[in-house]
Amino acid sequence: MKQIVIISGKGGTGKTIITASFASLAENKVMADCDVDAADLHLLLHPEIKEKHEFRAGNKLVIDPQKCNQCGKCIEVCRFDAISEHQSTRAPEHQIIIDSISCEGCGICAKVCPEDAIMTKENLCGEWYISDTKYGSLVHARLGIAEENSGKLVSLVRQNAKTIAENKNMDYVIIDGPPGIGCPVIASLSGVDLALIVTEPTLSGIHDMERIIGVANHFGVKAVVCINKYDLNLENTQSIEEYCQGSNIEVMGKIPFDKVVIEALVRGIPVVEYSKDGVSEEIEKIWERVRSHCDESVS
Amino acid sequence: MIISVASGKGGTGKTTVAINLALSLNGNIPVTFLDCDVEEPNAYLFLKPQIKSTQSIGIPIPEIDKFKCNYCGKCAEICAYNAIAVVKKQVLIFPELCHGCGGCSLLCPEGAISETEKEIGIIEEGSTSGISFIHGKLNIGEPMATPLIRAVKRKVNSDGINIIDVPPGTSCPVIEAVKGSDFCILVTEPTPFGLNDLKLAVETLRKLKIPFGVVINRADLGDSKVDDYCAKENILILMRIPFRREIAMAYSKGVPIISELPEYKERFKKLFDNVQANIK
Repeated sequence: MKQIVIISGKGGTGKTIITASFASLAENKVMADCDVDAADLHLLLHPEIKEKHEFRAGNKLVIDPQKCNQCGKCIEVCRFDAISEHQSTRAPEHQIIIDSISCEGCGICAKVCPEDAIMTKENLCGEWYISDTKYGSLVHARLGIAEENSGKLVSLVRQNAKTIAENKNMDYVIIDGPPGIGCPVIASLSGVDLALIVTEPTLSGIHDMERIIGVANHFGVKAVVCINKYDLNLENTQSIEEYCQGSNIEVMGKIPFDKVVIEALVRGIPVVEYSKDGVSEEIEKIWERVRSHCDESVS
Repeated sequence: MIISVASGKGGTGKTTVAINLALSLNGNIPVTFLDCDVEEPNAYLFLKPQIKSTQSIGIPIPEIDKFKCNYCGKCAEICAYNAIAVVKKQVLIFPELCHGCGGCSLLCPEGAISETEKEIGIIEEGSTSGISFIHGKLNIGEPMATPLIRAVKRKVNSDGINIIDVPPGTSCPVIEAVKGSDFCILVTEPTPFGLNDLKLAVETLRKLKIPFGVVINRADLGDSKVDDYCAKENILILMRIPFRREIAMAYSKGVPIISELPEYKERFKKLFDNVQANIK
Protein backbone atom coordinates (compact mmCIF):
# COMPACT_ATOMS: atom_id res chain seq x y z
CA MET A 1 0.00 0.00 0.00
CA LYS A 2 1.34 3.41 -1.00
CA GLN A 3 0.56 6.83 0.42
CA ILE A 4 0.48 9.79 -1.96
CA VAL A 5 0.06 13.36 -0.72
CA ILE A 6 -0.95 16.28 -2.94
CA ILE A 7 0.54 19.52 -1.65
CA SER A 8 1.55 22.91 -3.01
CA GLY A 9 2.90 25.38 -0.47
CA LYS A 10 0.82 28.11 -2.07
CA GLY A 11 -2.93 27.83 -1.68
CA GLY A 12 -5.35 27.68 -4.57
CA THR A 13 -3.08 26.02 -7.10
CA GLY A 14 -5.50 23.13 -7.64
CA LYS A 15 -4.65 20.47 -5.04
CA THR A 16 -8.22 19.46 -4.26
CA ILE A 17 -9.34 19.42 -7.89
CA ILE A 18 -6.47 17.06 -8.73
CA THR A 19 -7.07 14.91 -5.64
CA ALA A 20 -10.75 14.52 -6.57
CA SER A 21 -9.78 13.57 -10.12
CA PHE A 22 -7.34 10.98 -8.76
CA ALA A 23 -10.16 9.64 -6.59
CA SER A 24 -12.16 9.14 -9.75
CA LEU A 25 -9.28 7.62 -11.76
CA ALA A 26 -7.55 5.40 -9.22
CA GLU A 27 -8.71 1.96 -8.18
CA ASN A 28 -8.40 0.35 -4.76
CA LYS A 29 -7.81 3.47 -2.73
CA VAL A 30 -8.84 5.38 0.34
CA MET A 31 -8.96 9.17 0.38
CA ALA A 32 -7.90 11.42 3.25
CA ASP A 33 -8.65 15.14 3.41
CA CYS A 34 -5.87 16.57 5.56
CA ASP A 35 -6.74 20.22 4.96
CA VAL A 36 -8.59 20.07 8.26
CA ASP A 37 -9.12 23.78 8.81
CA ALA A 38 -10.54 24.53 5.36
CA ALA A 39 -11.58 21.15 4.00
CA ASP A 40 -13.09 21.16 0.51
CA LEU A 41 -12.69 17.66 -0.90
CA HIS A 42 -16.14 16.66 0.39
CA LEU A 43 -17.68 19.20 -2.00
CA LEU A 44 -16.55 17.05 -4.92
CA LEU A 45 -16.77 13.55 -3.42
CA HIS A 46 -20.13 13.97 -1.62
CA PRO A 47 -19.46 11.68 1.32
CA GLU A 48 -22.09 9.90 3.31
CA ILE A 49 -20.83 10.05 6.88
CA LYS A 50 -20.69 6.58 8.50
CA GLU A 51 -18.73 7.35 11.64
CA LYS A 52 -18.36 10.60 13.51
CA HIS A 53 -15.79 11.07 16.28
CA GLU A 54 -14.95 13.89 18.61
CA PHE A 55 -11.44 15.23 18.47
CA ARG A 56 -10.16 16.23 21.88
CA ALA A 57 -6.67 17.56 22.27
CA GLY A 58 -4.87 19.83 24.61
CA ASN A 59 -6.39 21.81 27.43
CA LYS A 60 -7.89 25.17 28.10
CA LEU A 61 -7.63 26.88 31.46
CA VAL A 62 -10.48 28.56 33.29
CA ILE A 63 -10.44 30.74 36.41
CA ASP A 64 -12.93 30.18 39.20
CA PRO A 65 -13.87 33.77 40.14
CA GLN A 66 -15.02 32.58 43.58
CA LYS A 67 -11.54 31.40 44.49
CA CYS A 68 -9.46 34.00 42.64
CA ASN A 69 -8.06 36.80 44.79
CA GLN A 70 -6.65 38.77 41.84
CA CYS A 71 -3.03 38.34 42.94
CA GLY A 72 -1.96 38.42 39.30
CA LYS A 73 0.65 35.66 39.56
CA CYS A 74 -0.91 33.90 36.57
CA ILE A 75 -0.66 37.02 34.41
CA GLU A 76 3.06 37.15 35.24
CA VAL A 77 3.82 33.60 34.15
CA CYS A 78 1.68 33.43 31.00
CA ARG A 79 3.89 33.72 27.94
CA PHE A 80 0.99 33.88 25.51
CA ASP A 81 -0.62 37.09 26.78
CA ALA A 82 -3.78 35.10 27.36
CA ILE A 83 -4.54 36.31 30.89
CA SER A 84 -5.59 39.83 31.71
CA GLU A 85 -7.31 41.91 34.28
CA HIS A 86 -10.76 42.83 33.20
CA GLN A 87 -12.86 45.67 34.51
CA SER A 88 -16.37 44.37 34.70
CA THR A 89 -19.21 46.81 34.35
CA ARG A 90 -21.26 44.99 36.93
CA ALA A 91 -18.73 44.05 39.61
CA PRO A 92 -16.84 46.80 41.40
CA GLU A 93 -13.56 44.87 41.61
CA HIS A 94 -11.31 43.74 38.78
CA GLN A 95 -11.65 40.27 37.47
CA ILE A 96 -8.92 38.13 35.97
CA ILE A 97 -9.91 36.26 32.86
CA ILE A 98 -8.25 33.85 30.46
CA ASP A 99 -8.81 34.42 26.76
CA SER A 100 -9.48 30.93 25.44
CA ILE A 101 -8.34 31.90 21.95
CA SER A 102 -4.88 33.03 23.04
CA CYS A 103 -4.48 30.25 25.63
CA GLU A 104 -2.15 27.51 24.42
CA GLY A 105 -3.02 25.20 27.28
CA CYS A 106 0.40 24.96 28.94
CA GLY A 107 -1.28 25.06 32.35
CA ILE A 108 1.55 26.86 34.12
CA CYS A 109 -0.93 29.43 35.47
CA ALA A 110 -2.83 26.65 37.25
CA LYS A 111 0.40 25.29 38.74
CA VAL A 112 1.50 28.63 40.20
CA CYS A 113 -1.90 29.83 41.43
CA PRO A 114 -1.65 30.06 45.24
CA GLU A 115 -5.44 29.85 45.58
CA ASP A 116 -5.86 26.82 43.36
CA ALA A 117 -8.38 28.85 41.42
CA ILE A 118 -7.46 27.77 37.90
CA MET A 119 -8.90 24.60 36.45
CA THR A 120 -7.95 22.59 33.41
CA LYS A 121 -10.64 21.76 30.92
CA GLU A 122 -10.14 19.22 28.18
CA ASN A 123 -10.56 20.89 24.86
CA LEU A 124 -12.97 19.72 22.19
CA CYS A 125 -11.13 20.86 19.06
CA GLY A 126 -13.18 19.39 16.29
CA GLU A 127 -14.62 16.27 14.71
CA TRP A 128 -13.43 13.65 12.29
CA TYR A 129 -15.38 11.34 10.07
CA ILE A 130 -15.19 8.10 8.17
CA SER A 131 -17.42 8.30 5.14
CA ASP A 132 -18.47 6.34 2.10
CA THR A 133 -18.25 7.94 -1.30
CA LYS A 134 -18.88 6.43 -4.69
CA TYR A 135 -15.09 6.39 -5.05
CA GLY A 136 -14.40 4.51 -1.82
CA SER A 137 -13.81 5.49 1.79
CA LEU A 138 -12.96 9.05 2.74
CA VAL A 139 -11.53 10.06 6.09
CA HIS A 140 -11.99 13.76 6.75
CA ALA A 141 -12.31 16.20 9.59
CA ARG A 142 -13.38 19.58 10.71
CA LEU A 143 -11.18 21.51 13.08
CA GLY A 144 -13.21 23.78 15.33
CA ILE A 145 -13.08 27.46 14.47
CA ALA A 146 -10.00 29.15 15.89
CA GLU A 147 -8.72 25.87 17.32
CA GLU A 148 -5.23 24.50 17.64
CA ASN A 149 -3.75 21.05 17.21
CA SER A 150 -4.37 20.83 13.48
CA GLY A 151 -1.23 18.67 13.17
CA LYS A 152 -2.62 16.10 15.60
CA LEU A 153 -5.94 16.01 13.77
CA VAL A 154 -4.13 15.49 10.47
CA SER A 155 -2.20 12.58 11.98
CA LEU A 156 -5.44 11.07 13.24
CA VAL A 157 -7.07 11.36 9.80
CA ARG A 158 -4.04 9.79 8.16
CA GLN A 159 -3.77 7.00 10.70
CA ASN A 160 -7.40 6.03 10.16
CA ALA A 161 -7.15 6.20 6.39
CA LYS A 162 -4.11 3.96 6.54
CA THR A 163 -5.82 1.45 8.80
CA ILE A 164 -8.82 1.25 6.48
CA ALA A 165 -6.54 0.82 3.48
CA GLU A 166 -4.66 -1.99 5.23
CA ASN A 167 -7.79 -3.77 6.39
CA LYS A 168 -9.40 -3.61 2.98
CA ASN A 169 -6.19 -4.47 1.20
CA MET A 170 -6.17 -1.27 -0.78
CA ASP A 171 -3.29 -0.12 -2.98
CA TYR A 172 -3.28 3.62 -2.28
CA VAL A 173 -4.07 6.27 0.28
CA ILE A 174 -4.58 9.54 -1.59
CA ILE A 175 -4.10 12.52 0.69
CA ASP A 176 -5.29 16.07 0.01
CA GLY A 177 -2.84 18.27 1.88
CA PRO A 178 -3.18 21.77 3.33
CA PRO A 179 -1.38 24.88 2.04
CA GLY A 180 1.72 26.26 3.74
CA ILE A 181 4.79 24.51 5.13
CA GLY A 182 3.99 24.40 8.87
CA CYS A 183 2.66 21.87 11.32
CA PRO A 184 -0.37 20.41 9.43
CA VAL A 185 1.71 20.18 6.24
CA ILE A 186 4.50 18.34 8.02
CA ALA A 187 1.92 15.98 9.52
CA SER A 188 0.41 15.37 6.05
CA LEU A 189 3.76 14.76 4.44
CA SER A 190 5.85 12.78 6.86
CA GLY A 191 6.27 9.14 5.94
CA VAL A 192 4.38 9.20 2.63
CA ASP A 193 5.72 7.35 -0.41
CA LEU A 194 5.33 10.24 -2.81
CA ALA A 195 4.45 13.94 -2.66
CA LEU A 196 2.89 15.44 -5.77
CA ILE A 197 3.52 19.18 -5.65
CA VAL A 198 0.99 21.22 -7.60
CA THR A 199 2.40 24.53 -8.70
CA GLU A 200 1.42 27.31 -11.08
CA PRO A 201 3.55 29.49 -13.35
CA THR A 202 3.50 32.58 -11.13
CA LEU A 203 6.38 33.99 -9.12
CA SER A 204 4.45 33.16 -5.95
CA GLY A 205 3.80 29.62 -7.16
CA ILE A 206 7.47 29.09 -7.95
CA HIS A 207 8.66 30.59 -4.67
CA ASP A 208 6.26 28.45 -2.66
CA MET A 209 7.10 25.32 -4.66
CA GLU A 210 10.78 25.75 -3.85
CA ARG A 211 9.97 26.03 -0.15
CA ILE A 212 7.71 22.97 -0.10
CA ILE A 213 10.32 20.96 -2.03
CA GLY A 214 12.71 21.99 0.75
CA VAL A 215 10.28 20.61 3.33
CA ALA A 216 9.91 17.33 1.41
CA ASN A 217 13.70 16.99 1.23
CA HIS A 218 14.03 17.85 4.92
CA PHE A 219 11.73 14.96 5.82
CA GLY A 220 13.18 12.60 3.20
CA VAL A 221 10.03 12.39 1.08
CA LYS A 222 10.30 11.91 -2.66
CA ALA A 223 8.68 14.81 -4.50
CA VAL A 224 7.40 15.18 -8.06
CA VAL A 225 5.78 18.26 -9.59
CA CYS A 226 2.86 19.09 -11.84
CA ILE A 227 2.27 22.54 -13.29
CA ASN A 228 -1.32 23.74 -13.30
CA LYS A 229 -2.59 26.51 -15.61
CA TYR A 230 0.80 26.23 -17.29
CA ASP A 231 -0.21 28.29 -20.32
CA LEU A 232 -0.97 31.43 -18.27
CA ASN A 233 2.75 32.22 -18.35
CA LEU A 234 4.92 30.01 -20.55
CA GLU A 235 8.13 31.72 -19.52
CA ASN A 236 7.52 30.90 -15.86
CA THR A 237 6.51 27.36 -16.82
CA GLN A 238 9.88 26.99 -18.46
CA SER A 239 11.64 28.29 -15.33
CA ILE A 240 9.78 25.69 -13.27
CA GLU A 241 10.83 22.93 -15.65
CA GLU A 242 14.44 24.10 -15.55
CA TYR A 243 14.40 24.35 -11.78
CA CYS A 244 13.00 20.83 -11.49
CA GLN A 245 15.51 19.45 -13.93
CA GLY A 246 18.32 21.08 -11.97
CA SER A 247 17.00 19.66 -8.71
CA ASN A 248 16.40 16.21 -10.16
CA ILE A 249 12.66 16.40 -9.68
CA GLU A 250 10.41 14.94 -12.32
CA VAL A 251 7.60 16.99 -13.83
CA MET A 252 4.59 14.71 -14.13
CA GLY A 253 2.63 16.93 -16.47
CA LYS A 254 1.33 20.35 -17.40
CA ILE A 255 -2.35 21.16 -17.14
CA PRO A 256 -3.68 24.00 -19.31
CA PHE A 257 -5.88 26.79 -18.00
CA ASP A 258 -9.47 26.01 -18.93
CA LYS A 259 -12.79 27.25 -17.62
CA VAL A 260 -14.11 23.68 -17.64
CA VAL A 261 -12.29 23.27 -14.32
CA ILE A 262 -14.51 25.90 -12.71
CA GLU A 263 -17.61 24.60 -14.48
CA ALA A 264 -16.97 21.13 -13.06
CA LEU A 265 -16.32 22.62 -9.64
CA VAL A 266 -19.59 24.56 -9.71
CA ARG A 267 -21.36 21.30 -10.57
CA GLY A 268 -19.58 19.54 -7.73
CA ILE A 269 -17.89 16.81 -9.74
CA PRO A 270 -14.24 15.91 -10.43
CA VAL A 271 -13.18 17.58 -13.68
CA VAL A 272 -12.17 14.26 -15.27
CA GLU A 273 -15.83 13.24 -15.15
CA TYR A 274 -17.03 16.49 -16.65
CA SER A 275 -14.80 16.94 -19.66
CA LYS A 276 -12.81 14.43 -21.62
CA ASP A 277 -10.25 16.50 -23.49
CA GLY A 278 -7.38 18.89 -22.58
CA VAL A 279 -7.33 19.21 -18.82
CA SER A 280 -8.79 15.78 -18.14
CA GLU A 281 -6.48 13.97 -20.54
CA GLU A 282 -3.51 15.60 -18.89
CA ILE A 283 -4.69 14.75 -15.37
CA GLU A 284 -5.16 11.13 -16.49
CA LYS A 285 -1.59 11.07 -17.75
CA ILE A 286 -0.36 12.60 -14.51
CA TRP A 287 -2.17 9.95 -12.50
CA GLU A 288 -0.66 7.16 -14.63
CA ARG A 289 2.82 8.58 -14.08
CA VAL A 290 2.29 9.11 -10.35
CA ARG A 291 0.97 5.57 -10.07
CA SER A 292 3.87 3.98 -11.90
CA HIS A 293 6.29 6.03 -9.78
CA CYS A 294 4.68 4.64 -6.64
CA ASP A 295 4.50 1.10 -7.93
CA GLU A 296 8.17 1.17 -8.89
CA SER A 297 9.37 2.34 -5.50
CA VAL A 298 10.02 -0.45 -3.04
CA SER A 299 7.98 -0.23 0.10
CA MET B 1 -5.55 51.39 12.13
CA ILE B 2 -5.05 47.73 11.31
CA ILE B 3 -6.68 46.25 8.21
CA SER B 4 -6.08 42.56 7.67
CA VAL B 5 -6.67 40.67 4.44
CA ALA B 6 -7.70 37.04 4.91
CA SER B 7 -9.63 34.35 3.05
CA GLY B 8 -10.02 30.85 4.47
CA LYS B 9 -9.27 29.31 1.10
CA GLY B 10 -5.79 29.77 -0.33
CA GLY B 11 -5.10 31.35 -3.69
CA THR B 12 -8.19 33.58 -3.81
CA GLY B 13 -6.17 36.79 -4.10
CA LYS B 14 -5.30 37.93 -0.56
CA THR B 15 -1.86 39.12 -1.48
CA THR B 16 -3.16 40.83 -4.63
CA VAL B 17 -5.72 42.80 -2.64
CA ALA B 18 -3.32 43.58 0.20
CA ILE B 19 -0.48 44.92 -1.95
CA ASN B 20 -2.69 46.90 -4.32
CA LEU B 21 -4.53 48.40 -1.38
CA ALA B 22 -1.25 49.41 0.27
CA LEU B 23 0.10 50.90 -2.96
CA SER B 24 -3.06 52.93 -3.52
CA LEU B 25 -2.75 54.73 -0.18
CA ASN B 26 -0.22 57.43 -0.90
CA GLY B 27 -1.70 59.92 1.50
CA ASN B 28 -0.13 61.65 4.47
CA ILE B 29 -0.54 58.79 6.89
CA PRO B 30 2.38 56.34 7.07
CA VAL B 31 1.56 52.91 5.65
CA THR B 32 3.07 49.72 7.05
CA PHE B 33 2.73 46.42 5.24
CA LEU B 34 3.07 43.29 7.38
CA ASP B 35 3.18 39.93 5.60
CA CYS B 36 2.08 37.45 8.26
CA ASP B 37 1.88 34.51 5.85
CA VAL B 38 5.24 33.44 7.25
CA GLU B 39 5.00 29.92 5.82
CA GLU B 40 4.75 31.23 2.28
CA PRO B 41 5.44 34.98 2.27
CA ASN B 42 4.87 36.31 -1.24
CA ALA B 43 4.10 40.01 -0.94
CA TYR B 44 7.77 40.95 -1.34
CA LEU B 45 7.69 39.47 -4.84
CA PHE B 46 5.29 42.28 -5.79
CA LEU B 47 6.43 45.11 -3.52
CA LYS B 48 10.15 44.44 -4.08
CA PRO B 49 11.21 46.23 -0.90
CA GLN B 50 14.76 47.13 -0.15
CA ILE B 51 15.54 45.05 2.92
CA LYS B 52 17.40 47.07 5.53
CA SER B 53 17.49 44.73 8.48
CA THR B 54 17.15 41.07 9.27
CA GLN B 55 16.37 39.69 12.70
CA SER B 56 16.46 36.10 13.87
CA ILE B 57 13.33 35.02 15.75
CA GLY B 58 13.41 32.12 18.12
CA ILE B 59 11.44 30.48 20.83
CA PRO B 60 12.90 29.69 24.24
CA ILE B 61 13.53 25.99 24.68
CA PRO B 62 14.80 24.29 27.82
CA GLU B 63 18.40 23.43 28.47
CA ILE B 64 19.25 21.05 31.29
CA ASP B 65 22.15 21.57 33.67
CA LYS B 66 23.30 17.97 34.09
CA PHE B 67 25.07 18.74 37.34
CA LYS B 68 21.99 20.16 39.01
CA CYS B 69 19.39 17.78 37.53
CA ASN B 70 18.38 14.87 39.76
CA TYR B 71 16.07 13.29 37.16
CA CYS B 72 12.98 13.75 39.30
CA GLY B 73 10.83 13.98 36.17
CA LYS B 74 8.83 16.99 37.29
CA CYS B 75 9.56 18.86 34.02
CA ALA B 76 8.23 16.01 31.90
CA GLU B 77 5.14 15.87 34.08
CA ILE B 78 4.52 19.62 33.75
CA CYS B 79 5.05 19.85 30.02
CA ALA B 80 1.67 19.95 28.27
CA TYR B 81 3.25 19.31 24.89
CA ASN B 82 5.29 16.18 25.65
CA ALA B 83 8.41 18.08 24.70
CA ILE B 84 10.42 16.62 27.61
CA ALA B 85 10.91 12.99 28.57
CA VAL B 86 12.98 11.73 31.47
CA VAL B 87 14.26 8.20 31.02
CA LYS B 88 16.60 6.72 33.59
CA LYS B 89 19.50 9.15 33.87
CA GLN B 90 18.68 11.12 30.80
CA VAL B 91 16.46 14.08 29.94
CA LEU B 92 15.31 14.14 26.33
CA ILE B 93 14.12 17.41 24.81
CA PHE B 94 12.06 17.58 21.63
CA PRO B 95 12.41 21.21 20.48
CA GLU B 96 9.85 20.89 17.66
CA LEU B 97 7.12 20.10 20.22
CA CYS B 98 8.07 22.88 22.66
CA HIS B 99 5.77 25.92 22.73
CA GLY B 100 8.18 27.94 24.85
CA CYS B 101 5.79 28.34 27.79
CA GLY B 102 8.68 28.40 30.24
CA GLY B 103 6.94 26.17 32.78
CA CYS B 104 9.76 23.66 33.13
CA SER B 105 12.42 26.23 33.94
CA LEU B 106 10.07 28.07 36.28
CA LEU B 107 9.01 25.01 38.23
CA CYS B 108 12.14 22.79 38.27
CA PRO B 109 12.75 22.14 42.00
CA GLU B 110 16.52 21.99 41.45
CA GLY B 111 16.76 25.13 39.33
CA ALA B 112 18.44 22.93 36.74
CA ILE B 113 16.62 24.25 33.67
CA SER B 114 17.56 27.39 31.85
CA GLU B 115 16.30 28.53 28.49
CA THR B 116 18.08 28.90 25.23
CA GLU B 117 16.78 30.46 22.07
CA LYS B 118 16.03 28.20 19.12
CA GLU B 119 15.60 30.01 15.81
CA ILE B 120 12.33 29.29 14.01
CA GLY B 121 12.59 31.93 11.32
CA ILE B 122 13.58 35.46 10.46
CA ILE B 123 11.99 38.86 10.13
CA GLU B 124 13.08 41.20 7.36
CA GLU B 125 12.31 44.92 7.37
CA GLY B 126 12.63 47.42 4.60
CA SER B 127 10.73 49.92 2.55
CA THR B 128 9.23 50.35 -0.86
CA SER B 129 7.50 53.29 -2.55
CA GLY B 130 6.96 55.04 0.77
CA ILE B 131 5.63 51.93 2.51
CA SER B 132 7.33 50.35 5.50
CA PHE B 133 7.60 46.64 4.80
CA ILE B 134 7.96 43.76 7.26
CA HIS B 135 7.65 40.05 6.70
CA GLY B 136 8.47 36.84 8.51
CA LYS B 137 9.96 33.76 6.91
CA LEU B 138 9.53 30.48 8.71
CA ASN B 139 12.53 28.17 8.49
CA ILE B 140 12.04 25.05 6.35
CA GLY B 141 11.01 22.08 8.48
CA GLU B 142 9.81 24.27 11.35
CA PRO B 143 6.21 23.43 12.35
CA MET B 144 5.22 26.39 14.51
CA ALA B 145 4.39 29.64 12.75
CA THR B 146 2.55 31.55 15.47
CA PRO B 147 5.53 32.86 17.50
CA LEU B 148 6.97 34.28 14.28
CA ILE B 149 3.64 35.90 13.34
CA ARG B 150 3.53 37.42 16.83
CA ALA B 151 7.01 38.87 16.23
CA VAL B 152 5.96 40.39 12.89
CA LYS B 153 2.92 41.95 14.54
CA ARG B 154 5.03 43.64 17.18
CA LYS B 155 6.11 45.94 14.32
CA VAL B 156 2.62 47.40 13.87
CA ASN B 157 2.82 51.19 13.67
CA SER B 158 0.04 52.44 15.91
CA ASP B 159 0.14 55.91 14.34
CA GLY B 160 -0.40 54.76 10.78
CA ILE B 161 -2.31 52.45 8.52
CA ASN B 162 -1.24 48.83 8.79
CA ILE B 163 -2.09 46.28 6.13
CA ILE B 164 -1.71 42.65 7.21
CA ASP B 165 -1.48 39.79 4.71
CA VAL B 166 -2.94 36.76 6.54
CA PRO B 167 -2.16 33.08 5.84
CA PRO B 168 -4.96 30.82 4.51
CA GLY B 169 -7.08 28.59 6.77
CA THR B 170 -8.92 29.18 10.05
CA SER B 171 -6.55 27.78 12.67
CA CYS B 172 -3.93 29.26 14.99
CA PRO B 173 -1.72 31.12 12.47
CA VAL B 174 -4.81 32.87 11.06
CA ILE B 175 -6.05 33.84 14.52
CA GLU B 176 -2.65 35.19 15.49
CA ALA B 177 -2.49 37.24 12.28
CA VAL B 178 -6.01 38.77 12.37
CA LYS B 179 -6.23 39.31 16.14
CA GLY B 180 -6.46 43.00 16.99
CA SER B 181 -7.53 44.11 13.49
CA ASP B 182 -9.94 47.02 13.20
CA PHE B 183 -11.31 45.50 10.04
CA CYS B 184 -10.74 42.38 8.00
CA ILE B 185 -11.17 42.11 4.24
CA LEU B 186 -12.13 38.57 3.24
CA VAL B 187 -11.14 37.72 -0.30
CA THR B 188 -13.11 34.92 -1.93
CA GLU B 189 -13.97 33.49 -5.31
CA PRO B 190 -17.47 32.55 -6.53
CA THR B 191 -16.99 28.77 -6.47
CA PRO B 192 -18.19 26.09 -4.02
CA PHE B 193 -14.67 26.00 -2.49
CA GLY B 194 -14.58 29.76 -2.17
CA LEU B 195 -18.00 29.81 -0.52
CA ASN B 196 -17.32 26.92 1.86
CA ASP B 197 -14.10 28.49 3.11
CA LEU B 198 -15.65 31.96 3.22
CA LYS B 199 -18.27 30.64 5.63
CA LEU B 200 -15.50 29.27 7.87
CA ALA B 201 -13.65 32.58 7.74
CA VAL B 202 -16.84 34.46 8.59
CA GLU B 203 -17.39 32.21 11.62
CA THR B 204 -13.82 32.85 12.70
CA LEU B 205 -14.16 36.64 12.48
CA ARG B 206 -17.51 36.62 14.23
CA LYS B 207 -15.95 34.63 17.04
CA LEU B 208 -13.13 37.17 17.26
CA LYS B 209 -15.62 40.06 16.98
CA ILE B 210 -13.74 41.71 14.13
CA PRO B 211 -15.80 43.67 11.58
CA PHE B 212 -15.36 42.45 8.03
CA GLY B 213 -16.45 42.74 4.41
CA VAL B 214 -15.91 40.65 1.30
CA VAL B 215 -13.99 41.15 -1.92
CA ILE B 216 -15.03 38.77 -4.70
CA ASN B 217 -12.13 37.99 -6.98
CA ARG B 218 -12.50 36.47 -10.45
CA ALA B 219 -16.09 37.58 -9.91
CA ASP B 220 -17.30 36.56 -13.34
CA LEU B 221 -16.18 32.92 -13.10
CA GLY B 222 -18.26 30.44 -11.14
CA ASP B 223 -21.76 30.97 -9.80
CA SER B 224 -23.76 33.47 -7.76
CA LYS B 225 -23.91 31.57 -4.47
CA VAL B 226 -21.34 33.78 -2.72
CA ASP B 227 -23.56 36.77 -3.51
CA ASP B 228 -26.64 34.93 -2.23
CA TYR B 229 -24.83 33.98 0.97
CA CYS B 230 -23.58 37.52 1.59
CA ALA B 231 -27.05 38.94 1.00
CA LYS B 232 -28.61 36.45 3.38
CA GLU B 233 -26.00 37.02 6.08
CA ASN B 234 -26.02 40.75 5.59
CA ILE B 235 -22.34 40.81 4.71
CA LEU B 236 -20.98 43.81 2.91
CA ILE B 237 -19.48 43.19 -0.54
CA LEU B 238 -16.69 45.75 -0.81
CA MET B 239 -15.37 45.12 -4.30
CA ARG B 240 -15.49 42.78 -7.27
CA ILE B 241 -12.46 42.04 -9.39
CA PRO B 242 -13.22 40.31 -12.69
CA PHE B 243 -11.11 37.52 -14.17
CA ARG B 244 -8.91 39.07 -16.83
CA ARG B 245 -5.93 37.47 -18.48
CA GLU B 246 -4.00 40.77 -18.07
CA ILE B 247 -4.53 40.57 -14.31
CA ALA B 248 -3.53 36.90 -14.17
CA MET B 249 -0.50 37.63 -16.32
CA ALA B 250 0.54 40.64 -14.20
CA TYR B 251 0.16 38.52 -11.06
CA SER B 252 2.27 35.75 -12.55
CA LYS B 253 5.11 38.21 -13.15
CA GLY B 254 4.92 39.81 -9.73
CA VAL B 255 3.40 43.05 -11.07
CA PRO B 256 0.68 44.83 -9.04
CA ILE B 257 -2.64 45.30 -10.85
CA ILE B 258 -2.43 49.08 -10.44
CA SER B 259 0.83 49.17 -12.41
CA GLU B 260 -0.68 47.19 -15.28
CA LEU B 261 -4.18 48.71 -15.18
CA PRO B 262 -3.85 52.20 -13.60
CA GLU B 263 -7.64 52.65 -13.42
CA TYR B 264 -7.55 50.13 -10.56
CA LYS B 265 -5.79 52.61 -8.30
CA GLU B 266 -9.06 54.54 -7.91
CA ARG B 267 -10.92 51.30 -7.26
CA PHE B 268 -8.53 50.30 -4.47
CA LYS B 269 -8.74 53.79 -2.99
CA LYS B 270 -12.49 53.36 -2.95
CA LEU B 271 -12.04 50.00 -1.27
CA PHE B 272 -10.06 51.73 1.46
CA ASP B 273 -12.70 54.46 1.86
CA ASN B 274 -15.32 51.77 2.03
CA VAL B 275 -13.37 49.94 4.74
CA GLN B 276 -12.74 53.13 6.70
CA ALA B 277 -16.42 54.02 6.60
CA ASN B 278 -17.18 50.65 8.16
CA ILE B 279 -14.79 50.90 11.08
CA LYS B 280 -16.75 52.11 14.03
